[in-house]
Amino acid sequence: MKTFGLCVFLLAFYALHQDFWNWRTAQPLAFGFLPVGLWYHAIYTLACSAVLWILVKIAWPTHLEKATDPVEPGERPR
Amino acid sequence: MIPTIFVAVYLVAVLYIGIFAFRRKQTGGTAEDYFLAGRSLGPYVFLLSLFGTHMTAFAILGSSGFSFNNGIVTFGLMASSSAFIVPVLLLFVGTRLWAVGKKFGFFTPVQIFRDRWECGHIGTFIFLLQSALLIPYIVIGVIGGGTTLNVISGGLVPYWLGGLVVACVVMSYVFFGGMRGTAWVNTFQTILFLGFGTIAVIVIGIGMGGFSETINALAANARTAPLLTRERISPLFFLSYTFNPLSAIAFPHISIFCLTAKHMAQFKKTVILYPVCILLIWLPCVFLGVAANRSTDIPAIKAKQEARSQLAAQGASLTPEQRDDLRGKTNADDVMLVLLDRYAPIWLAGLLGAGIMAAVMASDSQILALSTMFTEDFFAYYGGTKRYGEQAQVTVGRAFIVCITAVAYGLALIVKANIFDLAIQFAFAGYSALSPLLIAALFWRGSTKWGALAASVWVAASVIAIAAFQSAIPAPAPGLPLVFLQWNGWEVLTRTPGGTAIFGFSPVVPMTVISSLLIWIVSLCTPKPSNATIEKYFSLSS
Repeated sequence: MKTFGLCVFLLAFYALHQDFWNWRTAQPLAFGFLPVGLWYHAIYTLACSAVLWILVKIAWPTHLEKATDPVEPGERPR
Repeated sequence: MIPTIFVAVYLVAVLYIGIFAFRRKQTGGTAEDYFLAGRSLGPYVFLLSLFGTHMTAFAILGSSGFSFNNGIVTFGLMASSSAFIVPVLLLFVGTRLWAVGKKFGFFTPVQIFRDRWECGHIGTFIFLLQSALLIPYIVIGVIGGGTTLNVISGGLVPYWLGGLVVACVVMSYVFFGGMRGTAWVNTFQTILFLGFGTIAVIVIGIGMGGFSETINALAANARTAPLLTRERISPLFFLSYTFNPLSAIAFPHISIFCLTAKHMAQFKKTVILYPVCILLIWLPCVFLGVAANRSTDIPAIKAKQEARSQLAAQGASLTPEQRDDLRGKTNADDVMLVLLDRYAPIWLAGLLGAGIMAAVMASDSQILALSTMFTEDFFAYYGGTKRYGEQAQVTVGRAFIVCITAVAYGLALIVKANIFDLAIQFAFAGYSALSPLLIAALFWRGSTKWGALAASVWVAASVIAIAAFQSAIPAPAPGLPLVFLQWNGWEVLTRTPGGTAIFGFSPVVPMTVISSLLIWIVSLCTPKPSNATIEKYFSLSS
């Protein structure tokens, strides 16, 4: 259930990347100079950081850390 | 002359850091120390170096050049999609790669494939394919270095000499410093070019007469207003580009770099801060690339705009050669350097030029990755290390670094394509389509070597087919795509001014989708590896 919820969340966030509603306009200009299509994606980029922070908090693969005892000396794959 | 001196000082600093600054005498000599820095990189070096490794010449030169001709769409095409997809891949695939590498002592993805799918020569085929796709990416660094030194020196340093200097500097610190030297140089370079973006946008913005005035002037001009929107690019094509960041985890220099972290926890800071780093470098570059269209008083910019207008107005009546010639003149990879030359004080232009050099010299990691792959996946696999010893393996790796740098330099002198297109069309698309291999190997018990082979053959064939198609059918004029194959009203295959479209998508989409389907379907029909091997990998999950 947690995995399904995470997938839906990530897909929804991915869909927000396709901001078709800003396609043919430069207005409004953020701070008087950033066209909407640019500042929307700048905000989206910052939001990615927040999404990743959430993912690290709730989906960090702790089991992998525990499973990584170092390889025996001289035991290298060929 | 002054900017050239700044860049020369920067190159000496890079050589010092790469060769001497972080040398460890007590651990030198082993292959793991040379190729993976002894799996000992700390959190901030890991973040900054990984970011610097991923962001090559196109991040500054290619992005501003592409923005100059195509507008603000550039940021959404490459930056914001990468800001989401790359860290997600690092979080879920990169950590697993790290764990498998640490647990079983792997150096390269091909070692994992060979062990996971119990195969030998199929691994060799994947190694050859990865190497062939990585070379264009290395060439980008040399082209960027040659262009940058040529422009910064005001033509004093010719392109061939600039490329040669950059290639030699990179080769030297990779040769002597291995992964540790390369990682520290990348860290230094990333700090420089992140700082560069902020300073450049302020200095150039003031020089142009203010940001608002610039954007309002562009919006008021019918020829430049579309650059502030995305009306020239279809939403399908925009969607296609979100597949390109999949390449990040399949690029050998990124996947091998994932193995250098000391602890898995170092991925945490990296994935959270990665989007911020992307914003800091891409937003100024894209904005300045678009804004450069206002600087019509600069002859170099005026000439590019005139070539662009001529191509748009008369393109259909010109011969393919004339169109290619005009396209060459619209190439704006040097636009950031031209702006610095015009608006920044000469000492600052030198300092910022060094920052740009930092970004374009990111080919070091790719060269080291190729060398690691050659020595591990080929030399060691076919018995070289067993016969001649580990020290000989490092020596072979170093000799390979010299050879591959020479090849990349030779190609950089021949290749005429601009930085952005070269990277996108071959390296990004090919590696994006190879990403299902790594994901299947690490996450799907049912995957087999035959599925991996089918996907790899498909990637090789599709890259060759697209390259052949684009060389056989000349690029049409802007706004007049050439529909080559139509079916029931659907435009199946189209030659566009920028490349190829398949059902309106960039080729990366069908390449990746079909690669995923092939690995899935063929794996379902073919025998699995032994249970012991499968359990070895998937016991990590429990």
